[in-house]
Amino acid sequence: MPGRRPSHPRSTAVTQQATPTEDPALLAEFEARIARGESIEPKDWMPERYRRQLVRMMSQHAHSEVVGMLPEGNWITRAPSLRRKLSLLAKVQDEAGHGLYIYCGTETLGVDRQQLLEELITGKAKYSSIFNYPTLTWADMGVIGWFVDGAAIVNQTALAKHCSYGPYKRAMVRVCKEENFHKKQGFESVAALAQGTPAQHAMVQDAVDRWWWPTLMMFGPPDSDSPNSAELLRWGVKKYTNDELRQRFVNLTIPQAQAVGLTLPDPSLRFDEATGNWVFGEIDWNEFWQVVKGDGPCNRERVAARRAAHEDGEWVRAAATAHAEKKAARGATRAA
Amino acid sequence: MYGTVLPVGEGAGQEQDPTAKAPAAGAPTDGAIADGQWQLWEVFTQETQGAPHEHAGSVRATDAGHALQNARDVYGRRGKVISMWVVPTGAIAASSPSDAGPFFDPMNERPYVHPHFYKAPRGVRGV
Repeated sequence: MPGRRPSHPRSTAVTQQATPTEDPALLAEFEARIARGESIEPKDWMPERYRRQLVRMMSQHAHSEVVGMLPEGNWITRAPSLRRKLSLLAKVQDEAGHGLYIYCGTETLGVDRQQLLEELITGKAKYSSIFNYPTLTWADMGVIGWFVDGAAIVNQTALAKHCSYGPYKRAMVRVCKEENFHKKQGFESVAALAQGTPAQHAMVQDAVDRWWWPTLMMFGPPDSDSPNSAELLRWGVKKYTNDELRQRFVNLTIPQAQAVGLTLPDPSLRFDEATGNWVFGEIDWNEFWQVVKGDGPCNRERVAARRAAHEDGEWVRAAATAHAEKKAARGATRAA
Repeated sequence: MYGTVLPVGEGAGQEQDPTAKAPAAGAPTDGAIADGQWQLWEVFTQETQGAPHEHAGSVRATDAGHALQNARDVYGRRGKVISMWVVPTGAIAASSPSDAGPFFDPMNERPYVHPHFYKAPRGVRGV
């Protein structure tokens, strides 16, 4: 993006560190722009906290797209048919692309992607906890497409429609155009298994039972315990709270489960006529925080796999650099 | 009168960052590698014949050919793209947000730039 901020190494962490005192007039004008629904662009004045919150949120989102390839990559070679293999390959390729769109967006905020990649492979960066759970059976591929991509679509559609930061919003528009087939292919696979042999039905029901609660955690901590929500909402980065988006996902998903004869592992689920919402049970937030802090079933494995892929690609990057230098040198001799 | 042109892209990074290594002598200027990182390129795509090229995003690459290839892989994977431009980010001079008013003044408050300001004799058509 022309006019991106000059970059210099700094941590992308949004801690409670002191922020420079900002001109109240500039801040008032910025907030008036947000209130008018204007798009904030890279060269516009923005509060430092806004910049940091965006870097935090966008980099975590980009990392999630990249790490999200790993649980699925496990199953590409084990897909039960060519049709399923093709769709899984295309989906994983999309996720790589989505990560790149969002890394590109973060670079407009003066962070460069090399630094972000470094934070990911050293285990410093956070990404969506959902990817720290193992994919035990083929049915997990269908359920991930249906649940995890379904939850992502709920989040990303809201960002594509309302996010106040232009580059992030535009990246989300791009992502949403591609994301819908992910959910649909997952649901097709789930429906086929649910209507298959008793063993297939049991396998997909088991996958649903394992993925339901972690998927609900994807929307982040409850509104009462979400340290970043207030700022993100105030500055129009997000339009809806974590709990609002979570409820929307639950309302969409339950009828889909019923349509294919699958149950959800929550005995307290009930439809509330008054609100039109499905009321669901208590989420185990201890489990959520444990996985966020690095102690989920696969945290170390995911970071190690990502690091290995990055290091194994070093020779390709070195070769590309050497090739470009050789070509440029040849051009220089010819010009001389 | 131009707006203040801010330095952008890798070049700016080097000015700002005293720890950045200067490119080695003889290193390509258009694929300058600052800080061990490939140069940043802005990508513009055209969707249909006759449509404008629009900014799609950015890629990192060693040189123009490599940038085109990466841009094709990232921004031309899905959907319709029939043409692409890649431009080193540092080569783009951009207006600044404070220019929005005076720099792009459409002169709408001046009535004489609009046709209805002028009169023509009654009955004359097509003026």
